[in-house]
Amino acid sequence: MTWVLGALGFWAVAWAVNVRLARLDNSRGLRLLMPALFGLTLLVVWEGLVRGLNVPGVILPPPSAIGARIATSLPVLWADFVQTFVKGALSGYVLGCGAGVLSAIAIDRSPFLQRGLLPVGNFIAALPIIGTAPILVMWFGFDWQSKAAVVVAMVFFPVLVNTLQGLASADAMQRDLMKTWSASYLQTLTKLRLPAAMPFIFNGLKIATTLALIGAIVAEFFGSPIRGMGFRISTEVGRLALDMVWAEIAVAALAGSAFYGAVAACERAVTFWHPSQRGL
Amino acid sequence: MRSVLPILTVVLAILALWYGAAVALNARWTLDQAARAGQELTVSQIVSDTLQQERPKLPAPHQVGAELWKTTGAMALEGRAFSKRSLIYHGWVTLSATLLGFAIGAGAGILLAVGIVHNRAMDRSVMPWAIASQTIPILAIAPMIIVVLNSIGITGLVPKAIISAYLSFFPVAVGMVKGLRSPDAMDLDLMKTWGARAGQVFWKLRWPSSMPYLFTSLKVAMAASLVGAIVGELPTGAIRGLGARLLAGSYYGQTVQIWSALFGAAILAALLVGLVGLVQRITLKRMGMAR
Repeated sequence: MTWVLGALGFWAVAWAVNVRLARLDNSRGLRLLMPALFGLTLLVVWEGLVRGLNVPGVILPPPSAIGARIATSLPVLWADFVQTFVKGALSGYVLGCGAGVLSAIAIDRSPFLQRGLLPVGNFIAALPIIGTAPILVMWFGFDWQSKAAVVVAMVFFPVLVNTLQGLASADAMQRDLMKTWSASYLQTLTKLRLPAAMPFIFNGLKIATTLALIGAIVAEFFGSPIRGMGFRISTEVGRLALDMVWAEIAVAALAGSAFYGAVAACERAVTFWHPSQRGL
Repeated sequence: MRSVLPILTVVLAILALWYGAAVALNARWTLDQAARAGQELTVSQIVSDTLQQERPKLPAPHQVGAELWKTTGAMALEGRAFSKRSLIYHGWVTLSATLLGFAIGAGAGILLAVGIVHNRAMDRSVMPWAIASQTIPILAIAPMIIVVLNSIGITGLVPKAIISAYLSFFPVAVGMVKGLRSPDAMDLDLMKTWGARAGQVFWKLRWPSSMPYLFTSLKVAMAASLVGAIVGELPTGAIRGLGARLLAGSYYGQTVQIWSALFGAAILAALLVGLVGLVQRITLKRMGMAR
């Protein structure tokens, strides 16, 4: 009972602090402090409720147990991370996004193809492509190649559609200006249209980061070698070792956020001129 | 209408590529079989055989179409639309989980967005997490939710719906926060000069002007919700639903079954997203916001 009351008490205090903080003006430190406090509150409430209500570990382990598990099984987690993220997700991401951008540039030369592919691409981007995972696992074997193939299939169309939209975003006036300077197709592409398309391309790339990790993990549910985050999650769930599952999820969350953050940092560096980056 | 021809061309090109790939991928099996029987095959024999194998590496489009018809339309005509071998039955199982999850997720997302817009502390502390949560591969949690809920006695529709709800929750919340903030300062000031209360500002200004954002995020949420329901069916041991058909097909090498389940899911996704699009068009038109 003390655990529950303590957790609820902590929640009330933290919330009161946050309400008080919200009235102050927004400096950068505050912007980081408030969500951090909220996250900490969640962890404390989780720990308190699990301990106070005696929730068994096979249903929900407390954060402290998960942390301990992470600390003791670092080598396993690292091997899984390399297998799933570096080999599967990252290589598939690079291949898929590269192919998406390049085919968008190729398609862009033909307005006919563009009118045909944009609706079809939009349609395919909304489909449950994750369902191709069993097929691709059957074709490319159990190792990371099939995971990379699933990732390629998942990220290709979102990137393609966004790049096509981006390439169309340079307005007629600017294109006319390039023409009056008698710029060649290549010059127009590299100096005007690709830079103008960058915000759109990065939008697609950011969507693709999450899809890549999901694709790589879920593809492992259909067969994998004896390491990998998806493999570990599905087998440890079967053994009801939920602290290990949560440890993998923590690693996945961390990797996903870091991946997204890295792409967002590239975006800031490349599209520093765009209003949405200067706005703050 | 002028884009019908290009779209048809692209679809035809995809079909042609598919047939080509089917011949190329399945040819090895045909050739192996022929070599074992000591036969020589002509090109036309190879092509016709690759397109009608029992367990091809890549089934040809007409095989998938035939399987789809056999498991839906033909069974419905026989009056066995809800037998366990029918894709309609499996599709219905997945659809009900999708819709329940979508309703829960979208409702909760809208409520959270309303809270965030009206409460500064919530905005500052919860919103960064809502955005960050989009970058986390939430689907990885799916098998755990299923197994844990099973172990405390909750089975069937609800665990899948919870995964669907979780996936559709954040797109709606983030989209609605944007939408409820979309009226500009001038409009808000005007409401203030009329002495409008917070509730009136919400119902007469914020809510109507958030509609385009709501529908855009509902489409994303609907697609995500279907994916959630399908993935949610994987770890329960492949009993019911489209995801179960996928898994069973991959266990037994029934490629035609996998592809037909995949197309069943694709048709379902297209119908659901199309339905949201239709509601969007009608609503926005009646509100005078159609472009």
